[in-house]
Amino acid sequence: MKFDNIIIGGGLSGLTCGIKLAEQGKKCAIVSSGQSAIHFFSGSFDLLGKLNGQEVKNPLEAIKTLPDAHPYQRVGIKNIARLAVEAPQLLDRAGLQFSGKSDQNHFVLTPMGIMKPTWLTIDDFTRFEQNDVFPWKKAVILNFSGFLDFHTLFVQDGLKKYDVDVQIKNFAMKEFEAIRRNPSEMRSTNIAKVFDQGEDVLNEFAQKVNQLSEGFEVVILPAVFGLFTKNVVTDLKSMINKPLVLIPAIPPSVPGIRSQILLRKRFEELGGTYFLGDIVEEGTFKNNRLVAVQTNNHGNIKLEADQFVLASGSFYSKGIVATRDKLYEPILGLDIDGDIDSEKWLDEKFFNDQPYMHYGVKTDSGFRALKNGKPIENLFAAGSVLGGANALKEGSGAGISLLTSLHVAEQILK
Amino acid sequence: MKKEIFEPFNSSDNNFEQCVKCTICTVYCPVLEVNPDYPGPKQSGPDGERLRLKDPNFFDESLKLCLNCKRCEVACPHGVKIGDIIQLARIKYSKKKPKVRDMILANTDIVGTMASTFAPIVNPIVALKPVRLIMDGVLKIDHHRIFPKYAGMRFETWYRRYAASKQNDFKKHVSYFHGCYVNYNFPKQGKDLIKIMNAAGYGVHLLEKEKCCGVALISNNLIKQATKQARHNVEAFKKSIVDKNMPVISTSSTCIFTIRDEYPHLLGVKNDEIRDKSELATRFLFRLIDSGKLKLVFKKDYRKRIAYHTPCHMEKLGWSIYSTALLKMIPGIDFVSLESRCCGIAGTYGFKKENYKTSQGVGKPLFDQIESSDVDFVATDCETCKWQIEMSTAKKVEHPISILAEALDVEATVKLWQK
Ligand SMILES: Cc1cc2nc3c(=O)[nH]c(=O)nc-3n(C[C@H](O)[C@H](O)[C@H](O)COP(=O)(O)OP(=O)(O)OC[C@H]3O[C@@H](n4cnc5c(N)ncnc54)[C@H](O)[C@@H]3O)c2cc1C
Ligand code: SF4
Ligand code: SF4
Repeated sequence: MKFDNIIIGGGLSGLTCGIKLAEQGKKCAIVSSGQSAIHFFSGSFDLLGKLNGQEVKNPLEAIKTLPDAHPYQRVGIKNIARLAVEAPQLLDRAGLQFSGKSDQNHFVLTPMGIMKPTWLTIDDFTRFEQNDVFPWKKAVILNFSGFLDFHTLFVQDGLKKYDVDVQIKNFAMKEFEAIRRNPSEMRSTNIAKVFDQGEDVLNEFAQKVNQLSEGFEVVILPAVFGLFTKNVVTDLKSMINKPLVLIPAIPPSVPGIRSQILLRKRFEELGGTYFLGDIVEEGTFKNNRLVAVQTNNHGNIKLEADQFVLASGSFYSKGIVATRDKLYEPILGLDIDGDIDSEKWLDEKFFNDQPYMHYGVKTDSGFRALKNGKPIENLFAAGSVLGGANALKEGSGAGISLLTSLHVAEQILK
Repeated sequence: MKKEIFEPFNSSDNNFEQCVKCTICTVYCPVLEVNPDYPGPKQSGPDGERLRLKDPNFFDESLKLCLNCKRCEVACPHGVKIGDIIQLARIKYSKKKPKVRDMILANTDIVGTMASTFAPIVNPIVALKPVRLIMDGVLKIDHHRIFPKYAGMRFETWYRRYAASKQNDFKKHVSYFHGCYVNYNFPKQGKDLIKIMNAAGYGVHLLEKEKCCGVALISNNLIKQATKQARHNVEAFKKSIVDKNMPVISTSSTCIFTIRDEYPHLLGVKNDEIRDKSELATRFLFRLIDSGKLKLVFKKDYRKRIAYHTPCHMEKLGWSIYSTALLKMIPGIDFVSLESRCCGIAGTYGFKKENYKTSQGVGKPLFDQIESSDVDFVATDCETCKWQIEMSTAKKVEHPISILAEALDVEATVKLWQK
């Protein structure tokens, strides 16, 4: 089966890359073995949140001081600035409205009640321009009775630091009785499904919120709105008679899943083929080129392409695998950028920057993956499968995924 | 090196420990969306398994609400065989005896044999409203359901009389697992397959004696009988694949899925020797065309607007691409994609009165898409999806093989390989 481009991995990187290529008329396929890290999405994409333990104000400036091996440095500062403008536009075409600036982080309120710097925030959530003031003085946090994935006390404690008077109220609605019977199923996605089903529940809910929030300036709710139906959040905001601040609940994330669905839909509408639940098992190489990959579902019908992109994620998605004594890229056996010697993987101090978090697939300057020390001409790596950064520590995960994918797509389109 | 991480995707050792409790599977379960009585894939699958291992009394009869659509498995990032875990639990722990109704629905071949013999009598009778109300009241088969019509002449009979003798004129050969539906209800689909395969230069043969794949027996918990039929079929497949080097193709996505994956996973019937050479006709044809060994020529005047529905088992197999790619090769086709969603029937599930509401609720988003798609008809690879869509929408449903057969220019296609 022949395509122009095949992308291994259907998370944020794979989808971004696939959409950009498909928008330029390429016949693309994405193979993804399961749902991706977007399901854990907090609602914001980070570009660079922390550097040497300090909060970053202007990511574009701060990026200049990163080590040469960092993916941003390898994309190039100029390119980063340009692609950082392009990324939200691409998301917008998929029906996802994000806002934010690459030269000035804004802040979002986290489930821990802390203001965290970030780059792009989806329009479900509230952007704060400063992290030392909360614009309202009297707030009410509302939660669904029996919903344990939203820690109201943390938020309350956090907001006390801003001198906000916060009250917590729980409430029940008969529509949620059925899912409440089973406490382990009282999860954000199941609540969201109830609201997806129609105006009536949402209306009733909004009325209740208006009642319970009388006398308060702002309402705080968990982000459990709009799973398969996009406009639930906007509708809700228009029905509630005061500002509404949503806060991420424990994953899986409702806005995250909606993002994954809409990105996939955009890719498919552009003519892309998305193979979900299939797994790339191995590749056929010839003269330093990857000719075809073999998947579990398609067996001896190999998938061929002119160029391939490896966007198989990091440890979490098994794009990189570590066993007790071995660290490897499991699909194509590519070179790893990191210590093969397991003694150096961990720093004894748990909270230090852990070396292994920087490990990933080794590439040349053009993001071509290396195998046995040689770049594979038509195989690019993008997203969290790349080494060179500790995305968790520096708050750069989604930025690296979005921008390296766009960059790789440009290399392919050249 | 690869073994350790790929294993979970290929085998079905009860791998519930692999679950990280992310609940992603519950997002994509179509039953959970409409029926709050169902505990959902995570709860019924890996979570429940942990408890059941401690004490079988934790088994919950509500597991029978699972459609076995496997959409949860497709979504799970950790390769947990959720659907298999649930089905295995039902097999192992369920204390409910299958009802007479379940036996009738499950024994598609025995009932089919009787019904097709008396087709002119049976068809009008099961179509009569009073009869459907009795079936509803006594047998708990929902009265909204219209039984698929039984054909007068079985496919096998037709084949022996009119097709068998010509098949040896060809140089290349395949065996055809037609399944109960083609045999008893819709022989035309089998005839269409033979038309295409002959045009492609292949003689088509029947297996020495095929038995119903057993999917309905499995879902109605008639496991002993299902296992017996599975063993029989694997032997029959071996005679074709191993002894005669003839691959087996089928037009039913569910039969092929059951034979390839459910036999070893749920019934413990080994099929290693035949699995790779048992597949759908659309995949077989696609491979020939993709590797340049076959070219199909289509009629110039064929024009249709068609939507393709991905049956759940095709989603799991990942094979709908073969059917859609073949359809897209027909120049006169205006192709509409539908979002992949369960139609709600899941074989005999939707026929049961207690499931009717869930079944139609699950299917509704699909029906809405179809109604607004403005197509001439819907294409799909699964016969029960066909019944469900035809009953629930105003559109007719055709099998991709029948569409290809209709659009194919047989003479021109044959000429290409004959010279
Ligand atoms: C739990 C978690 C929470 C996060 N939260 C945030 C956040 O709030 N903000 C932020 O900015 N960043 C966050 N990040 C970081 C950021 O989301 C990720 O870096 C980014 O989403 C990674 O995208 P990716 O496409 O590179 O990889 P992934 O999303 O991991 O996708 C990789 C895909 O490849 C597939 N795959 C792997 N192997 C194969 C194979 N052999 N065959 C086929 N497919 C395969 C996997 O199934 C998966 O779908 C988070 C990361 C994690 C793990
Ligand atoms: S998706 Fe898989 S890992 Fe996640 S809860 Fe379901 S079974 Fe467990
Ligand atoms: S197989 Fe289908 S119906 Fe059963 S739990 Fe999984 S998704 Fe739900």
